Amino acid sequence: MKLTLKIWRQKNATTKGELKTYPIDGVEGDMSFLEMLDVLNEGLINKGEEPVVFDHDCREGICGSCSLQINGEPHGPDRLVTTCQLHMRMFNDGDTIVIEPFRAKAFPVIKDLVVDRSAFDRIQQAGGYISVNTSGNTIDANTIPVNKHDADESFNAATCIGCGACVAACKNASAMLFTSAKVSQFALLPQGRIEATERVLNMVAQMDKEGFGNCSNTGACEIECPKGISLENIARMNREYLSASLKG
Amino acid sequence: MSKLDSKIPKGPLADKWTKHKNDINLVNPANKRNIDVIMVGTGLAGGSAAATLAELGYNVKTFCYQDSPRRAHSIAAQGGINAAKNYQGDGDSNYRLFYDTIKGGDYRSREANVYRLAEVSANIIDQCVAQGVPFAREYGGYLDNRSFGGVLVSRTFYAKGQTGQQLLLGAYSAMNRQINRGKITPYNRHEMLDLVIVDGKARGIIARDLVTGEIERHSAHAVVIASGGYGNVFFLSTNAMGSNVTASWKIHKRGAYFANPCYTQIHPTCIPVSGDHQSKLTLMSESLRNDGRIWVPKKKEDAEAIRQGKKKPNDLSAEERDYYLERRYPSFGNLVPRDVASRAAKERCDAGFGVNKTGQAVFLDFASAIERYGKEQAAIHGNHNPSKEEVTKLGKQVIENKYGNLFQMYEKIVDENPYETPMMIYPAVHYTMGGVWVDYNLQSTIPGCYVTGEANFSDHGANRLGASALMQGLADGYFVLPYTIGDYLSKDIKTGKIPTDSKEFDEAENKVRELLEKLVNNKGTHSVDHFHKKLGHIMWNKCGMARNAEDLKSAMAEIRALREEFWRDVKVPGGMNEMNAELEKATRVADFLELGELFAKDALHRNESCGGHFREEYQTEEGEALRDDENFMYVAAWEYTGDPGNEVLHKEELEYENIEVKSRSYK
Repeated sequence: MKLTLKIWRQKNATTKGELKTYPIDGVEGDMSFLEMLDVLNEGLINKGEEPVVFDHDCREGICGSCSLQINGEPHGPDRLVTTCQLHMRMFNDGDTIVIEPFRAKAFPVIKDLVVDRSAFDRIQQAGGYISVNTSGNTIDANTIPVNKHDADESFNAATCIGCGACVAACKNASAMLFTSAKVSQFALLPQGRIEATERVLNMVAQMDKEGFGNCSNTGACEIECPKGISLENIARMNREYLSASLKG
Repeated sequence: MSKLDSKIPKGPLADKWTKHKNDINLVNPANKRNIDVIMVGTGLAGGSAAATLAELGYNVKTFCYQDSPRRAHSIAAQGGINAAKNYQGDGDSNYRLFYDTIKGGDYRSREANVYRLAEVSANIIDQCVAQGVPFAREYGGYLDNRSFGGVLVSRTFYAKGQTGQQLLLGAYSAMNRQINRGKITPYNRHEMLDLVIVDGKARGIIARDLVTGEIERHSAHAVVIASGGYGNVFFLSTNAMGSNVTASWKIHKRGAYFANPCYTQIHPTCIPVSGDHQSKLTLMSESLRNDGRIWVPKKKEDAEAIRQGKKKPNDLSAEERDYYLERRYPSFGNLVPRDVASRAAKERCDAGFGVNKTGQAVFLDFASAIERYGKEQAAIHGNHNPSKEEVTKLGKQVIENKYGNLFQMYEKIVDENPYETPMMIYPAVHYTMGGVWVDYNLQSTIPGCYVTGEANFSDHGANRLGASALMQGLADGYFVLPYTIGDYLSKDIKTGKIPTDSKEFDEAENKVRELLEKLVNNKGTHSVDHFHKKLGHIMWNKCGMARNAEDLKSAMAEIRALREEFWRDVKVPGGMNEMNAELEKATRVADFLELGELFAKDALHRNESCGGHFREEYQTEEGEALRDDENFMYVAAWEYTGDPGNEVLHKEELEYENIEVKSRSYK
């Protein structure tokens, strides 16, 4: 396959970026999207140019590092995959592909396609935990049975990989899906109920402080989420928030 | 005098850890506030230890190269975590978990460490449930278990195929709580590039900020390395792209002995290499071997026809297939341990029976399981004379429920439907049992420098059992290191802050600067990946699943020559004072190019076959691994002396007092 790539190049956080055009040849359908970029970079290095920088690590869809906006969609045209799992057989010979970083005020660009997602860490630090010391001297793991349905729902929410696609997909750059996934994971478990009030208030406050937008129920986040995190989590967080606000 | 004192406490095996905890010194809570600890790596081992040390009151600084601790490669572990809870009442106990681990490691690990691991395993599950890790549960609300290879009990706890993710996010949440309290300062997108030793003790590190390129000095009273394994020395592995040996290698060059580097786990069920552009390999969980049958064509002509696309696997009748694991190992069949299954696949492919375009793959076939489950389901639904289509449909549903996410992952990568045609699989580098030598306290041969998790060598001997890596990472981090490091730090309560303006910090920083300057100013002609791929080829072909003296000798020479070529001809675009992904890769590959030679040297010196280390010269008539307990029942700990090809060997003899040493047989 021969393709034309239009890639966002930006030297650092303070300089202005622009789309640059790179033709690429010999792309095979079996390549992953990132392997296609590896080939491009090898060519750029050999020509003495600076390679395109992008975040990536596990390359099996679980670490949440990769983060490209491909033809306007986070993680590209396939569904339920991250960019590293997107394969070039999804494209056709002669295609032009526009590759940009995830766009959001709270995700400033660091270089080329790399953005700063530390706002997500700070939301987690505000309350995404259960306050138990790690001595191991708690109660036996089977002391409190947990309804299987709740345990499964909690797990489903907990599979969020923190990639930020939900934010990049949202016209308001809202982090509601991300935040609600963690709120839900704990809200559904008995051991998470104890701090539920403070948790949701603190995490939402941090979310707002970081500059993420509001949710207007468009649902783009759910569609683009590589892990299929459900919108129901946002509804649950809203309920949790309301009841916490009434208490608080 | 050798520094290899394992410091194993005296007394009966089952009492050692309790007694040791009672004997070691503690640090007063008020004094802990004045003590700093550096943690390099934030995966299961590092994240859990950082959280625990911070809770205890120490000031912790964490370092990871990723943009967040949550992305450490522990996150990719699929299958589960072992614990001797005996919830199933199937006869499990601390002793049995200990025994299985020692035997699985082919009698090359330390009894006392492994027993402690088994002893604290149950606490890990209690801890993780308390912090909200959503393990799989049964309808009654209690925790579910499943079985894994090489054992006779169900002791594996799991969260679907994402157990590593859930455990890591648990440790990450514990870290976040301490970050919020100000007890952990996280340095993300930072890489440790050297260890600083002051008066013989580890007192800090030199790190590079990967965003700005700035070189930073960080001091502490102790340094913990929890930076994972070195499987990427093979270029292609199931490790993350950034996984590296740098932190371990830097402390090795500063005096920490490196143990058993040649012990590598090559996992039998991975998606095969498809072309030269391939950047990494993807694992298909061991659990698939419960239902999949592994085979290659019986006749070479058929294998050739399949490679050329003239025949399809389903064209071959049962008689034309060689189910070689069932043939060679009738009692364990497709469920032999990882090392045995991997070697058997290689043997068939080398003999010309491999499939895929490359000839480097075997089939993992679910057709029998689909038929078996389909008939069973039909009978359950009262249909005692089902059509073939009905059977297949019902059978596929069962397989989908069990392995749906893995089948989907396979289809995305290979573009073939594994419900219709057999999967193709081939072994791939997955885990390294070798690592930095540590004593019972997890301290390396450098005082104040501790090593935990996959980065150390301690618990898995020459082969690791499935679902044991997560157990070790969390055991080290939550329950072992926080005690043992306290004993060391109790002598530091009056030391005060370690200054970073000493000559030792100057020397280390200058060394790092010189290294980076050399790389960016080299102006060679080939990219870092070019050299990394070449190294990977040498490692895979000569230090891979089967090794021999001649190949290992030539590997040592080739790696040495490649290293020289790298330093002469590598091209690293961009500068030092900016984000520079190529420079990051270059520093890591430079270390792999040294480790690779030591790896081959270690494999060459070990004139026996054990676990993942198979020397062609040492095998039985049937082609099975042949150990030499008389001469090699020791840990090989290597001391750096300025050249990886000429390191000095130190031996820690292994003593088995509680277990009878036998040969492993799966026939």
